[in-house]
Amino acid sequence: MSIQVRTMADMMASGESPDILFWVGCAGSFDDRAKKITKALVKILNHCKVNFAVLGTEESCTGDPAKRAGNEFTFQMQALMNIELLNGYEVKKIVTACPHCFNTLKNEYPELGGTYEVIHHTQLIQDLINTGKLTLADNGTFKGKKITFHDPCYLGRANDVYEAPRELIEKLDAALVEMKRCKTNGLCCGAGGAQMFKEAEKGNKEINIERTEDAIETSANIIATGCPFCNTMMTDGVKHFEKEEDVKVMDIAELIANAADL
Amino acid sequence: MQQLIFGVLTLSSFGFFAFNLRKIGQNIHMGMPLDRSDRKAERWRTMLLVALGQKKMFTRPIPALLHLALYASFVITQIELIEILVDGMSGSHRFFQNSLGGFYTFVISFIEVLSVLAFIGTVAFLARRNMLKLPRLNMKELAGWPKQDANLILVFELILITFIFTMNGADEVLQTYAGNSNGFAISSWLGPILFEGKSTHTLHVLEQIGWWGHIIMVYTFMNYLPYSKHLHIFMAFPNTYYSKLAPKGQFTNMQSVTNEVKLMLDPNADPYAAPAADAAPSRFGAKDVTDLTWKNLMDAYSCTECGRCTSACPANTTGKLLSPRKIMMDTRDRMVELGDFKRKNGQDAEDGKSLLGSYITEEELWACTSCNACVQECPVNIDPLSIIIDLRRFLVMEESKVPTELTGMLTNIENNGAPWQFAPTERMNWANED
Ligand code: SF4
Ligand code: SF4
Repeated sequence: MSIQVRTMADMMASGESPDILFWVGCAGSFDDRAKKITKALVKILNHCKVNFAVLGTEESCTGDPAKRAGNEFTFQMQALMNIELLNGYEVKKIVTACPHCFNTLKNEYPELGGTYEVIHHTQLIQDLINTGKLTLADNGTFKGKKITFHDPCYLGRANDVYEAPRELIEKLDAALVEMKRCKTNGLCCGAGGAQMFKEAEKGNKEINIERTEDAIETSANIIATGCPFCNTMMTDGVKHFEKEEDVKVMDIAELIANAADL
Repeated sequence: MQQLIFGVLTLSSFGFFAFNLRKIGQNIHMGMPLDRSDRKAERWRTMLLVALGQKKMFTRPIPALLHLALYASFVITQIELIEILVDGMSGSHRFFQNSLGGFYTFVISFIEVLSVLAFIGTVAFLARRNMLKLPRLNMKELAGWPKQDANLILVFELILITFIFTMNGADEVLQTYAGNSNGFAISSWLGPILFEGKSTHTLHVLEQIGWWGHIIMVYTFMNYLPYSKHLHIFMAFPNTYYSKLAPKGQFTNMQSVTNEVKLMLDPNADPYAAPAADAAPSRFGAKDVTDLTWKNLMDAYSCTECGRCTSACPANTTGKLLSPRKIMMDTRDRMVELGDFKRKNGQDAEDGKSLLGSYITEEELWACTSCNACVQECPVNIDPLSIIIDLRRFLVMEESKVPTELTGMLTNIENNGAPWQFAPTERMNWANED
């Protein structure tokens, strides 16, 4: 099935306005692995006939990595430009599949003049299922599988969203197994705070290796995440242990798209 | 004579304590302003739950219960202090015993039971710290004074409790000689075991030793607090009241930067316009404790050095130099150092040192993933992350000391709106790829 995506500019030109803006984010736009997550989410949105749009080439980094790296100038330049664009399009509601974009748009843009209702894609999907717009096919994709959920720091501790992704996993025909460190105690994947873009400081272990050990210990077949950066880190961790055959790292959107036969 | 000694002792103890409290207040006020006057009801609730109810301690139930025994006995024993003050000033003996009757027996019995629990707790904590060698209580940042401090206060507690039972026990035996009993829950049987058969004179002396020992230990304890991590007994209350209530992921907005950036983005702005008169030549980010907010400094005084933050820190547990506990201890040490220096040499004097550099290194700062585990774990709602970020801001914006790879990331964002080198025009290619 081919996907249908319209840009904000395009909609404006034909006098339409979307109900929700899908903020794709840099990882979701450029990273090959994360692009698959983007497309999975679009398939879900298309299937449920959600009236959405993206900014397309007008979108620009939220500034999150700059802010975490301590460069408030670059962050605010990005933020103010984005806010001008979003306000110009009179955006009210935003969904994003990246917890870093989610946190920044939701918590750090209002003080700079950009106030929107911002939700994470797991919350949107949960809502689509709960309102009956999306039903999961009984296709047995996940029958007998064990899935563990790695809490992204910027979704969990940073914004107290722990339940939406778990509820979605529970809707699959699979068993949710928790790691010993989960929810508020969840261990970081090692990518946050701009670490994604640099080598780790000197130590005796990589954080993603430590975290992947937690996940492997649960003997889960699938490590589910809700963040493109966690996805990269956990995928690398699984490769480190040469477990690519037994353990898959997947985004919640991909799990749901599979289960809905999309 | 006794009353006079007591009076002098009491006055000087409270005087010295007040003197030290004033210093603490002054030191906290070295920090930058921050408005935490909103959401009062929520703040009271947080304080009651986290400080009084020790909610966050109970993620580890056993230490939480032992700690609760120590804390409850500490708080409730202070009721007895009222009587000690009255007796000490007036020369009476157990001033409230007759007027309160059975209720008095109940209160003292309650204190005695708690004291026994506290004794057990204290011994357990001493054993855990020195024999079990729990990693988080034996890291290198605790070497020397911090470790002594922790042990010392536990020993104080043991001595204090010993004095309480010496006093109550000797008094009980004296009562039994006269055919009576105080009827307190513990001393009514412990007293005879310890002191049965001693002469009336010896018992009087023992009771006096217990009484004086008790009050001297209380005063010692009180005046020791300002120098110790045990200040958290008091600081936990204001510190949790002034907790950050915004989502943990929300970092502060730098208004000074907003003003400049708006000017840069505004095509109509006059580039030669003089900066507004009120624009203080502020520093971006924090180099020293005076650049942090007063809440960061209050946090530092509230830290119990328990290391729960550090044992949850992904950087620390994978062998990096960063330890959020050390960040808090450094902040406090530097604040006390600078505060003393300024009091001696005048407010504008500089001692040539700073928190960043003299205490905290760049390597520590760059190890943080901003995961908020330390903030989540802290039993008194301390926020080490906000200090880390403010120090990073100084490094990056004032000194341009950025790890090379991050310079690339920042340049990419500035030039092409993404942390990687992709052209903005390629941003929607995903929609047409397979
Ligand atoms: S926020 Fe930074 S200091 Fe705190 S636990 Fe995470 S990595 Fe460690
Ligand atoms: S910051 Fe909090 S958790 Fe860390 S040592 Fe201090 S009191 Fe304990």
